[in-house]
Amino acid sequence: MAELKVTAIREGTVIDHIPAGKGLKVIEILRLNRPNGGVLLLASNVHSGKLGRKDIVKIEGKFLSEEEVNKIALIAPTATVNIVRDYKVAEKFKVEVPDEITGILRCANPNCVSNHEYTVSKFYVVSREPLKVRCHYCERTMEEEEILGNL
Amino acid sequence: MDWKGRDVISVRDFSKEDIEFVLNVAERLETELNEKGALDYAKGKILATLFFEPSTRTRLSFESAMHRLGGSVIGFSSAASTSVKKGESLADTIKTVEQYSDVIVIRHPMEGAARLAAEVADIPVINAGDGSNQHPTQTLLDLYTIKRAFGRIDGLTIGLLGDLKYGRTVHSLAEALAFYDVELYLISPELLRMPKHIIEELREKGVRIHETTDLEGTIPELDVLYVTRIQRERFPDEQEYLKVKGSYQVNCAVLKKAKESLRIMHPLPRVDEIHPEVDRTEHALYFRQVFSGVPVRMALLGLTLGVL
Ligand SMILES: [Zn+2]
Repeated sequence: MAELKVTAIREGTVIDHIPAGKGLKVIEILRLNRPNGGVLLLASNVHSGKLGRKDIVKIEGKFLSEEEVNKIALIAPTATVNIVRDYKVAEKFKVEVPDEITGILRCANPNCVSNHEYTVSKFYVVSREPLKVRCHYCERTMEEEEILGNL
Repeated sequence: MDWKGRDVISVRDFSKEDIEFVLNVAERLETELNEKGALDYAKGKILATLFFEPSTRTRLSFESAMHRLGGSVIGFSSAASTSVKKGESLADTIKTVEQYSDVIVIRHPMEGAARLAAEVADIPVINAGDGSNQHPTQTLLDLYTIKRAFGRIDGLTIGLLGDLKYGRTVHSLAEALAFYDVELYLISPELLRMPKHIIEELREKGVRIHETTDLEGTIPELDVLYVTRIQRERFPDEQEYLKVKGSYQVNCAVLKKAKESLRIMHPLPRVDEIHPEVDRTEHALYFRQVFSGVPVRMALLGLTLGVL
């Protein structure tokens, strides 16, 4: 099968090279499954030279904040973000796991002060492959599965 | 490193130089204290001890340290007697108390509470235990005790005995010992072995580690035996606790095989891990260890207050 043809979008964002099966999770954490007016397309299990299989998410009429890009990096570190204007890719970049993750992740430790008092959560990335982060407050480390469950 | 205003929250925040510096200041203060009886470096300064959960020993040790430095102490020893009971946030409690004091010592049942307190307060905050996370002053006083007893830490063979799985004290002590050239024997029941990630971390830092269940076979090797209590409340399952309860007891029979110079430490309180008959031997270092808390905490209080 040649390039899969799905509706092109006029303005918006295409998130490409998502590991196969993680596309729905991307939609979930960006809360795109809520009615927002734009078209949302998910292509799953698409053939990819780099990844074998990949997912692609297209969102019409939406551009991502830095925080949203960081969230994607945590669950789909291979993803690329394409910003589309007037049917053309105006900008393209790879997501990157930042050294510090602020505000977007909850601590998995129920006895961590950050789950009880007003704080902005903060984690330090201990390792990227596999992903491991340490809570700034309780110092406990979280691994991939826990991270996904607490985004 | 400028210590004035610095917070003491986690052993992770310390470098080897920091540790050595504190130990040296503590030693200097101990000598001065012996000569003069009382010191007045912190005259006019007030320590607030905020114990959101009770820990009488730790609180008395800090209070004694502050009094010995010539300062004074205010505080509470359980959250029940404060407006925390009325739902006040930790941040508000800290912001209020810092209006009354120059340095805060906090003990709190939640992990990360001391870090949060330090972020909120403009005055230095010292962690006296946050849940199962950190108790950095205990680790420093443990190192101080070893250094005072042997004149050094490098080159020693140290056994950690008991609950190495849940024991906060042994985790941070082991991490701090990784700064030194030591050999570690980790002696515990199978169920209570030191967590893998800590062992990996120590190995990466070049510590020679042996894991064993055999105390009697190991004891002849050791310079220091650090004993911990197996705590019932740490066990999710009572059955598991009963399986390991009383696994080890250090008594005079066991000690027959030890070097004469072996020193035994314990963060106390003990239950039955060390028989009282050991108290009268030269091996017992645990009460001396309790004393060490005072000069070490004097050093930390004085340094963070900027009066030393
Ligand atoms: Zn945490």
